[in-house]
Amino acid sequence: MLEKALVGSSRYKVWMAFLLALMGIGGLSYIQQYNYGLGYTGMSRDVSWGVYIAQFTFLVGVAASGVMVVLPYYLHNYKVFGKITILGEFLAVASVSMCLMFIMVDLGQPLRALNVLLHPTPHSILFWDMIVLNVYLFLNIFVGWVVLTANKKEMPPPKWIKPFIYISIPWAVSIHTVTAFLYAGLPGRHFWLTAILAPRFLASAFAAGPALLILLCLVIKRVSKFDAGQEAIQKLVTIIAYAALINVFFVLLEFFTSYYSNIPGHMDTLNYLFFGLRGHHQLVPWMWTSVVLGISAIVMLLVPYFKLKEGFLALACVMIFFSLWIDKGIGLVIGGFVPNPLEEITPYYLTFGEVLITLGIWATGFFILTVLYKIALAVREEELIV
Amino acid sequence: MDMKRRDFLKIAGISTIAGIGAPAALQVLLKGEVPASSFASGGAEEETGHGVAAPVGRRYGFVIDTRVFAKDQGLAQKCINACHRIHNVPDFRNKKDEIKWIWETGYANAFTSKSHNLRSDEVHHRKYMVLCNHCDNPPCVRACPTKATFKRPDGIVAMDYHRCIGCRFCMAACPYGSRSFNWRDPRGKDDKTGRYFIERKHLNKDFPTRMRGVVEKCNLCVERLAKGKMPKCVEEAGNSGAMIFGDLNDPHSEIRKVLASTFTIQRKPELGTKPSIFYIV
Repeated sequence: MLEKALVGSSRYKVWMAFLLALMGIGGLSYIQQYNYGLGYTGMSRDVSWGVYIAQFTFLVGVAASGVMVVLPYYLHNYKVFGKITILGEFLAVASVSMCLMFIMVDLGQPLRALNVLLHPTPHSILFWDMIVLNVYLFLNIFVGWVVLTANKKEMPPPKWIKPFIYISIPWAVSIHTVTAFLYAGLPGRHFWLTAILAPRFLASAFAAGPALLILLCLVIKRVSKFDAGQEAIQKLVTIIAYAALINVFFVLLEFFTSYYSNIPGHMDTLNYLFFGLRGHHQLVPWMWTSVVLGISAIVMLLVPYFKLKEGFLALACVMIFFSLWIDKGIGLVIGGFVPNPLEEITPYYLTFGEVLITLGIWATGFFILTVLYKIALAVREEELIV
Repeated sequence: MDMKRRDFLKIAGISTIAGIGAPAALQVLLKGEVPASSFASGGAEEETGHGVAAPVGRRYGFVIDTRVFAKDQGLAQKCINACHRIHNVPDFRNKKDEIKWIWETGYANAFTSKSHNLRSDEVHHRKYMVLCNHCDNPPCVRACPTKATFKRPDGIVAMDYHRCIGCRFCMAACPYGSRSFNWRDPRGKDDKTGRYFIERKHLNKDFPTRMRGVVEKCNLCVERLAKGKMPKCVEEAGNSGAMIFGDLNDPHSEIRKVLASTFTIQRKPELGTKPSIFYIV
């Protein structure tokens, strides 16, 4: 079926060429980083994880959100999602691939990555994260491919694939839970040391992922004959709105615990992120942008006037996606390191090269996604034509 | 009965295996390399999570008398320089790439949970020597996915630079900010000035330099202890009494006598990491 990705309209080819160019630039920047060391980035002794690990954390959520279409369809027989389950699964494949790439570019000694397998260390959460991510990647490629092959042959999917689908549902939850555990179990990092980190991760993921899925469906509708259907899209809107509201609730809980307990260590990072701490305000504009975008988007997704108009719906999805990207992709990771364990404040500023590598990996993710979607749609379009 | 005998036996067997294996697995998961016995062992002091380790074998530790350092202003810097020199710690002269094994900081920075607003001016302005605490229950060891950082039986938390993949999870896990990362090649030199990051004349050929992309930190001079020498900072402090080094598990050691007779504090004892560095303030 792969050959279906090689043919396409000129628009398709221009898009792929654009992505390839970004990938090339990112690749060249990575070679520079590889030769120089991670000093190429803006990270430091105090902020020792930066944009790479932040992207990884955010994208694990996007990957996990595939379950939001897989679960209703396979577990509750919600037929409306039948057409888009494959899109959710392939979005998960592209996201997990990006996650793995972001981890690789973040390693000081990438050639030693296999040490994680050669010296398995069950007391390290990173070991488990590696396992759940790779198994989830495998599950989604496998299930997506088998179901699609059956589609192509106009046969129902084989029965033996069912257990893999059922396993993939709790597995999606596990990838984001384990990723939250990377942070939540660390002593001395007040901002991360919270029992609702995993639920917070899941809530924000179940909003951000489906928002991206809606955007993709809207794009696909314009460039192909494939239409996910109004009902499926609106059901996703409901999922996003509820998940985003729950996420807001969880964030407010963090504020209550920190400020009502009045423990300085717990308030410091929230102060740093939202109000500035000891003259440092680097992330304050970002966090308030996130708040404003997030709240406005939730309102738009709840009001029929906005959510039923495609233009507004797309805007709301972009807003919620960007809002949660700031919250998890910047605030959560950087905030955990500021202030540092000695209560000193070291700001983190991205370098240009770091941005290029990040863009390169996003482009690679979209490249994988486009190829997979192209194949899926080609199969489905044949189905429609025939 | 719906359930066949065979199925029942299968389930029973599996649950038995799980029942036996699960607690052990959980312990490995929760406690890192700490042996299971420390979980159950009695003793009021151990149970609080603040005390000294259970007395098994040698257990190295320090007492740092900050009063002595306060009197002799240059002493701390002398110890720091000596440590950094013999361990080939590079000097990048910028905060972003900085690597340090032992350094001085303010009271509120060293003792974040013990800072209060009415402390004496003298205590407030004094500088405090901080370094890796060689915890009994080290979070960095628990976090490391390759066992590149590990706890030795004598309590030293050591690094294997050749095993480290540079994920920096240990840096996120350390509550004392004691770990550094080689953001760039420590063996290299400044492009503009041509200055080597490790001064050639100070290069210690008996201790390895590091490569870029690995984590490093104070190793409690494990290489000197092996030869029967004192850690370098202790040697530099000499007879001043500023740093007392010894076996915490030996009731007759000097360090135990000091600990028994003087009030000392530890950094962040509430985290249960059981640091082996004690401070006299």
